[in-house]
Amino acid sequence: MSLLPWSIYLSLAGALASLAFGARSARAARWIALLTAGGAWALTLLAATRFVPGPGLQTLVDLPWVPSMGVRYHLAADGISLTLLVLTGLASTAGVLFSWNVRERAGEFFALFLTLVAGVYGVFLSADALLFFAFYEIAIVPKYFLIAIWGSTNREYGAMKLALYSFAGSAMVLAGLLWVYAAGGGHGFGFADLAQAAATLSRHQQIVVFAFVFFGFATLAGIFPLHTWAPTGHVAAPTAASMLLAGVVMKLGAYGCLRVALPLSPVGFAYWQTPIAWLAVTGIVYAGLVALVQADLKFVIGYSSVSHMGFVMLGLAAANFQAVGGAVLQMFSHGVIAGLLFAVVGRMVYDRTHTRQLAELRAMPLHRLMPFAAAVFVIAGIASMGLPGFSGFPAELTILVGAWKAAPAWAAAAALGVLVAAAFTLRAIALGFFGSTGAPLPAGAGHAAPMEPITLAEKLGALLLVGATVLVGIKPDILLNWINPALQSPLLQSVLKGGAP
Amino acid sequence: MSFDYAGLFYAFGPEAALVLGALAVLGLDLTLFRRRTPGERLRLALWVASLAVLAAGVHVWRSGTPGPVYGGVLILDHLAVATRLGVLVLTLLTLGVARGAVVPRQPAEYVAVMLFASTGLLLMAAAQQLLLVFLALELASLSLYVIAGFDRSRPDSAEAGLKYFLFGGMAAAFLLFGFSLIYGVTGSIELPQIAAQLAVQGSNPLLSIALVMVLVGFGFKTAAAPFHLWAPDVYQGAPAPSAALVASASKLAGFTLFTRLLWPGLSAAAGSVSSFRAAPGWLPAVAVIAAASLLLGNLVALAQSNIRRLLAYSAIAHSGAMLLGVMAAGRAGPAPLFYYASTYGLATVGAFGVISAVERGGRCESISDLAGLHRRSPLLAACLAVFILSLAGIPPLAGFFGKFTVFAAAIRLGGIAAPAGALAVLAIALSAVALYYYLIVLKQALVAPPAADAPPIKVPPATALALVAAAGLIVWFGLSPGQLLGLF
Repeated sequence: MSLLPWSIYLSLAGALASLAFGARSARAARWIALLTAGGAWALTLLAATRFVPGPGLQTLVDLPWVPSMGVRYHLAADGISLTLLVLTGLASTAGVLFSWNVRERAGEFFALFLTLVAGVYGVFLSADALLFFAFYEIAIVPKYFLIAIWGSTNREYGAMKLALYSFAGSAMVLAGLLWVYAAGGGHGFGFADLAQAAATLSRHQQIVVFAFVFFGFATLAGIFPLHTWAPTGHVAAPTAASMLLAGVVMKLGAYGCLRVALPLSPVGFAYWQTPIAWLAVTGIVYAGLVALVQADLKFVIGYSSVSHMGFVMLGLAAANFQAVGGAVLQMFSHGVIAGLLFAVVGRMVYDRTHTRQLAELRAMPLHRLMPFAAAVFVIAGIASMGLPGFSGFPAELTILVGAWKAAPAWAAAAALGVLVAAAFTLRAIALGFFGSTGAPLPAGAGHAAPMEPITLAEKLGALLLVGATVLVGIKPDILLNWINPALQSPLLQSVLKGGAP
Repeated sequence: MSFDYAGLFYAFGPEAALVLGALAVLGLDLTLFRRRTPGERLRLALWVASLAVLAAGVHVWRSGTPGPVYGGVLILDHLAVATRLGVLVLTLLTLGVARGAVVPRQPAEYVAVMLFASTGLLLMAAAQQLLLVFLALELASLSLYVIAGFDRSRPDSAEAGLKYFLFGGMAAAFLLFGFSLIYGVTGSIELPQIAAQLAVQGSNPLLSIALVMVLVGFGFKTAAAPFHLWAPDVYQGAPAPSAALVASASKLAGFTLFTRLLWPGLSAAAGSVSSFRAAPGWLPAVAVIAAASLLLGNLVALAQSNIRRLLAYSAIAHSGAMLLGVMAAGRAGPAPLFYYASTYGLATVGAFGVISAVERGGRCESISDLAGLHRRSPLLAACLAVFILSLAGIPPLAGFFGKFTVFAAAIRLGGIAAPAGALAVLAIALSAVALYYYLIVLKQALVAPPAADAPPIKVPPATALALVAAAGLIVWFGLSPGQLLGLF
């Protein structure tokens, strides 16, 4: 466990090394990035093997950072953060594998990628709200450059929109945190300190401050109607960045809602619970319906991310043990599945066919041209639809059960979203990969040269992600055994109403 | 009251070092280096000047904080010493920047006047008597007018010098008039006595007029709206090192001076910004100036295509945020304000340093002239990224903690529903707006490809060292803000 903070430092060191050596050789940058990302992932797995689940955060480092303001460099972990740390390691390692073909400014690419990863590790490990916030913002800038430099469709617009939405959300969070901090007399930013300080505010003020912090974070989690940055940003991003953005970075927002916003003010949460739940449900159904009519395969995935993140928000809004536990499980599950989908579409298909338009893909029998990609996409699609045997199933099921306990209408409406998800996923599979089934191979089919075969790096990355989703799908208890005890912590107890699972 | 001439002489040591340095620069240039090329003369002048600045710095460091000097004409408290060191560091960095800038026609004179300006700024940091305050301000301002208009080959520079001079002269007249009224009301020109007098006197209409006058002078010096009109033209027209000095060291010393003037001196007339039923005084007036600067600076910056004008409007916006620090200084002490102003100075000197280095190899007017900087000079691009991101307030750079401490102090004045808190929320919201124009700059520097005919940029070692030092300090103070915040 005590090695976990090194995942941050290792990633930063890797970023510097990649910047230093990558200028001369893209190969060196690649290997540095792979070793760094893999090393950090290994650290999280090592910590996981020695992890003793329990309520409350287990402190790893606790030093005064700005003594005059009570800010501490406090890193800690519990089952929830550990789940997401493992996810970060997995997604970043797979991301590097799927970026093996980046040649232009490779050193800078992997440096920014690893900086982003370091920021994400930092957020998941922070136990001081200001430190949390600092890492959260560290993650914003690399996203902008990753998309603006290496992105595709409409990249400068997508990058700027994503950066501004993230930053505006974080500005709301900062305002809320400072308000609570001032109300508490400036003692500190520990989660418990803040909760105590917030309790001194009037009910009206608590409602406002909760809205600041919660919706600030929820912006990054892609809550409807603040989600519009997500599809444009994820589509514009290079493959590894979309994998990380949709897979992990959106979870930062949801994690912020869970870790910072919910315990901050139970009073404020009680007021906002119903609106949040309905926004989440609207997001699930609306984004699903939008995904159903997209012409660009990557936009389908982009909107499906918003839809699936809606389940996470619904789980948080339902605020009982099943729902919140399911929400954390869904964060993990969606992180893996979204990564897989973006990898297939962005790397395997787009880099070879140079199109993502469903109409054009339909003309190519992709299931015959690249059977591996088609197989992986079908698996990911099935997992994404929430079929048993894959991680989406236990996650969405627990959320729906939890939501049913809170309010049956939410669960019923969200279940509609599951149907829509099945529809748009099947449509994407059918049009994208099995368009001209039965037809003879068109001569040339728009490109004279045969397609470059799927590389070993891609196969390895895909296998890692498929393995993770299957493993969690068959045995969700691995993660739930970490997550559920963490939900017993006193801070979360104050908002979670249901009994023990 | 004791008049300790030895103490006074000792206290003026740093100023003496700078003046002697300036004279040495002029003397050497006139005698030994008369026939050298301008480039060599500039290099020599900068070396001598740097030694003088270092000597002054050592003196400030070693003399510590003896408190009031010479019956309270000067005060060498923590704020004064910290500001003096800050001014000297920023001057040193500016000298490094000047090494890589376009060589002025009279290099030695340019460097000497820069040292004179710095002398005035050092005095501003410690002055505690209205006469000395005014003298210090004028010494600094007149020198800055000269270096702003120093490049006689460009009409822009002359325009900058003239505009700066006219606005500055007007502001100085207001300020002097305000001082005379304060003297009339209180019968003293020493800040401690003025404070004591005002505490026993009630409110006085003359005092209100005096406050307005002082605030006009303050607004001018710190480029706060609506007294900001000189800033875009000066930033645009002045030679880059001059603009760097105006934007950094001058601002730091100005904030220290006026904070000292307003808080210990005129605190009896402060009024209140802790609730909207505000007591009249200068605090509500400062709040209005702050709000105007934040809004105007951030919104107008969005429309700029010239990099220097963009920095000017961003400077106006930052002034608004620093004014929040001034408002909070009564309760939170000067630490947040000092942290903000000094780290802002580092970032601005650095940004102008990058601009001046790019300018030497070609043009650097519109933002698109920075295009492809990452390929033309990776060092400049990396440094610029640090400076701009610090201005934008991205952690872990110092700009983030500056904003954080100042806003936290402002919100603590009366919660978020009080004027100070509301201003802080406004400033936080506008920082998201600001990110847009800062990213536009970085987009050109780091994302866009260079123009076809743009050559690589060579940066002289001294300038590279100055830029790396500035960037390093920004990162260092950002990672351990306690180093500066704990000074007071």
